Order: sequence, then C-alpha cells, then structure tokens
Amino acid sequence: MIEARLLTKVFRDRRKGEIRGADAVSFRVEPGRIYGLLGANGAGKTTTLRLLATLLRPTGGTATVAGHDIVREPDKVRAHVGFLATSTALYARLTAREVIAYFGRLNGLGEERLRSRIGALADELGMNDFLDRRCDKLSTGMKQKASIARMLVHDPQVMIFDEPTLGLDVIASRAIVEFVRQCRDRGKTVIYSTHVMSEAEKLCDVIGIIHGGRLRAEGTLAEILAGAGGAGLEESFVRIVTGEGRG
Amino acid sequence: MSARSVGTIYAKELADSLRDRRTLVSALLMPMLLMPVLILGIGTLASRVVSRARQEVPRIMVVGGADSPGIRAELEKSGKFRVESASADWRRLISDRKVRAAVEIPAGFERALESGSAPPVTLYDFEGELNSGLAAGQLRTFFTGLRERTTARLLAARGLPESVARPFEVRQSNVAPPEKTGGNLVGGFLAYIIITFCIIGAMYPAMDLAAGEKERGTMETLLCSPVSRTDIVLGKFLMVLTGSLAAVACSLISLGVTLAAVGTALGAGPGGAARGGAGVPMTVDPLGLLGVLAMVIPVSVLFSAVLFTVSLFAKSYKEAQTYAQPVVFIGIIPLGIGMLPGIDLNLRLALVPVLNISLVCKEMLSGVWHWGYIAAIFATTAVYAAAALALAVRMFRSEGVIFRT
Repeated sequence: MIEARLLTKVFRDRRKGEIRGADAVSFRVEPGRIYGLLGANGAGKTTTLRLLATLLRPTGGTATVAGHDIVREPDKVRAHVGFLATSTALYARLTAREVIAYFGRLNGLGEERLRSRIGALADELGMNDFLDRRCDKLSTGMKQKASIARMLVHDPQVMIFDEPTLGLDVIASRAIVEFVRQCRDRGKTVIYSTHVMSEAEKLCDVIGIIHGGRLRAEGTLAEILAGAGGAGLEESFVRIVTGEGRG
Repeated sequence: MSARSVGTIYAKELADSLRDRRTLVSALLMPMLLMPVLILGIGTLASRVVSRARQEVPRIMVVGGADSPGIRAELEKSGKFRVESASADWRRLISDRKVRAAVEIPAGFERALESGSAPPVTLYDFEGELNSGLAAGQLRTFFTGLRERTTARLLAARGLPESVARPFEVRQSNVAPPEKTGGNLVGGFLAYIIITFCIIGAMYPAMDLAAGEKERGTMETLLCSPVSRTDIVLGKFLMVLTGSLAAVACSLISLGVTLAAVGTALGAGPGGAARGGAGVPMTVDPLGLLGVLAMVIPVSVLFSAVLFTVSLFAKSYKEAQTYAQPVVFIGIIPLGIGMLPGIDLNLRLALVPVLNISLVCKEMLSGVWHWGYIAAIFATTAVYAAAALALAVRMFRSEGVIFRT
C-alpha cells in the first residue's frame, strides 16, 4: 500500500527562486489497484514518484510505502518498490541477463533464487531469445521487456511507473499497458503517471490530477468526469488544471 | 556499509569497464605502449640525431688570421672542418644555421705563439644548437691541442719536462652503484610518468561511472535499488582506483620489459648495468620501484576520489572531460616541479600534495630512504585521499548533484 500525507518537495533555484515540485500531495493506493497520476509536463508527477521511490527526500510531509516510512526507512522502501521510467535505462555493455542478475543481487537475492527468477521472468516475458544479448543490441521492445524484468526480479509489492510508454510505438505501449494490468491482477499496488488520457481511461482505478505540484482532483474516472463536467477525460483535465472545474 | 553490496557493484563495474574501449586504452594499452615508445622510440631517434650530427664535417669560418696561415692550414688538414674565410655576414650565417661556428684568430697570432704570449682565440657558436655546439667543441679541442703542443715545445726549448706545466692530474670516479646513479638520473622522470599514468588510468573510469551513468540514465536505475549511497560510491570508487592502479602496474611492467630489452640490445656495462647511448646507467633499484609503487597507492586513491567527485558534478561525459582537464593539469604541474634539478625534499615540501610524492619517489629510486619524510608523506596523502573520498560520498548524497540537469 502507498499512503502519501502532505508530501512536499521544494527546490531552490538561484534564478527562479523556490519551485514547489510537490505541494502537500496526499493520496492513498490500495493493493490490487492502479492509481493514475495525470498531469502535464512539469506538473510534478516525476517529483512525486521520485519522492515515493526515495530518490528524493521530501522537504515536508511524508509517505509510507509497503508499510515503511520514506524518510526514516528509505532502503526498506526501495526493497519493496519496482520503479520504471524513461529515465531508468539499462547498462548498454551488459547483457539483459547480467542486468537482471545485477539488480537481483543488489536486492539481496541468493544465486539459486536469482537463477530461478531470471528463468521464470524470461519465460513469462518471452525473453529467452535475447537474454544473453548486450542491451545496446536490443530493439526498443526488447529493452522494455528487459527493464520490466529488472524491475520485477525481486518481486516488489509496489510498482511505480513514470510515463513508461513515452517514446514507444503503439505495439510496445500496448505491451506495457497490458503488463501494468497484470500487476494489478496479481495484487500489486500500482501507481502510474502519464499525460496520455487514453491510457489513464483504460487502466486506472483511481485518477489524481496534478498541476503546479498540487493534487487538483482525485477520484474514479466517473467521479472526475462528473466533478469537472467535461465530455471526456481530456476536456475534464483541461477544465481542472485551468481552474474551470473541480473534481 | 555492506561489503556484499560494495562487492556486487565493484564486480559489475569491473565487467562493464572491461568492455569499454576507452577505459581499456587509458588503463592498459597506453601505459603498455608509451614506455617503449618513450624509451626506445624517442631514445633511438635522439641517438640517431646526435650520431648524424657527430658524423657531419661542419662548415666553419675563420675571422681574421690572414697572418696566421699555418693555423688555417692545420685546421683544414685535420679533416674535421670545412674551413672558409669569414664573409661580412658570418654572424647571421651562424644564426641561420648555414655555418656551424666561427673562430676569430687575432692579428699576429702565429708569431706571438712562438714566444708563448699569444692573444686569446675567440669561438662563436649558436648556443643550444646541437650541430653548432659540436662544431665549437671540436674547435675547442683543436685549439686546446695546439696549446698543449705549444706548451710542450716551449718547455722542451728551455730543457724542462712537460710535467712542469701539469704537475698532477685530476681524476673523477663514481662510487654510487649503477642502480643509484640510474635512479638519480631517471628517478624524477619515472615518478612523473608513473604518477601521470595513475591520473590517466583513473580519469576514464571516473567519467564513465559517474557522469557517463547520469547521461545514459542508468544512475537513476541504480538509485532505485535498496543499496545505500555510500555503498554505491565505494563500489564505483574501487573500480576507478583499479583503473588507476592497473595503469601504474602496466607502466611499471612495460618499463621493466623495455629496460631489459635495452640492456640486451646495448650489452651490460660495468657491474652488470646496461648503459644508454650517453653512458647513462639504465638500471633502477627494484626496491626503489617497490617503494614508488607503495607511495603511489594513496596518490591513486586521492586522484580517483577527486576525479570521481568532479565527474559526479558533471551532467554529461563531455562536461566531465572539461572538468577533469584542470585536475590533470593541477596534478601534473607539481610533478614537473619535482623533476627540476636542485628541488630537494624538505619538511615544507613534504606537505605539498603530489609534489611531495614526486620528490620522495625520486629519492627512493636513487636509493635514499628518509623514513620520517616517507611516513609523513604517506600519512598526509592518505588524509587528503580520505577527505576527497568523503567529499565524493557527500556529493553522491546531494540531490542537486545527482539530479542536476
């Protein structure tokens, strides 16, 4: 489970002054649910997710992830989190197997368990043909699969996806969306950030709309549409972020 | 800190770096090839240039001396010079390297020589120019010989033995063993080369493992793991240090092989010491080399930590290169100072990072072991290195540095 309580991150920039990347963001995600964090570029999605993954330290508020506090127990939080973003790349000079094994070892897996996990993930994701190929020789789709296997190797309870389909073609994007759905079906707690409305509509059980670091609206798709009074999610989103509607 | 995590990160970085061509070139190939190129290549070239200059019959000019035809005839007869009468622009011709040297024979020189009170002969050359210097040297030898023959003739005319003019000889003999002589002559240069490689060997892994990872997006992937930031820094730092020490080890192995090859090619000199073309003993005290290796370890730690820290601050590999260059220069300048003759180790210089190592390495290669200085230098360099490593950990914990865009 994820529970964010007034999560705040203030960046200090010499020229721009104070920038509130996340401003008192509070929400809760139950196991077996997908929480969609919807926002435009620079809205605060990545900052919020990096705070939850303990890559950044909050300047205010806190959150618990899989029962661990992100400020007091960051290492334990990371041990229960799988994080996938466009910015989390693979080691080009290592093979897919080596990358997965590396992150398995960093997560404390023994060699025997690691072998069986890699075998199971390769079968599940259809990676056996390219498991021993260097990552810089893989296609975009293969890299996505290797990244997913890297994220899953320690079987985390919480999955964080930060715009995972950015820059991918339709086929690769669909595979990701399908994979996220499977995570939910297995009882994982999933948080999924995107600015693609159709993805949020298809996937998310609960949607949070973030803008200027603040959570402007939250609810199921039906609740968001009803609150904003828009014909669809895109129109409702625009109404909410421009202040014309409330969720 | 978890030794297992540090070991996992180090093993991965090692495997990754061994597949990186730039790291392999800087840490293994360059130190292996540069020593033979420097010692054999440049040495052979220099030896050829000097030998060609020695074989040349230099063109010289005689200024004045019209009333001393015998001297000019002797100069021509020696076969060592192409003698010409001086033209009006003889000074310019020497400066333009068209004439190697000139000799000014004063009026009435030959006549005055008979009485033993001749005025001075002046030699003109292009100072610092090899061929000109050799020509002037040959002229000096010629006139020294003439002076000695004149002295002997004048003494004989008075019925005195030659020993009156030279009652005793002065001889000089080297008492230092060949390895000490060799160490003293090449110690500064060796320390310079070895420490330079310790910097170069660390540079590419440092840039690749910090700025390179940030640029490629793998740093964020790594930060998602439950490993502590300190463990990540230590694992990566150990790889940078490995690159640095590998470069030093390769340069030393290459140096040993090169010197052995030179020794075989030139034949062993007195006491088994192989000698270079200029009579320089090519033997270095193996104990001194071991001492240098031990002293290089804290320097490697220092430069590995500094270069890693600098590279962490950079956003990209290219930016890291820009930041690393001044570090390399700052490191190399004290090494250059350490090579200068007359700069000796003292308490004040023992506290100057890098310069102190350069000076103590030079001493150890010459067989001089100042244990107090050695301990002080090792300790201070270790303190500087620990401070640099602590700074690297601090930088790695800084969000502003790691997520700097």
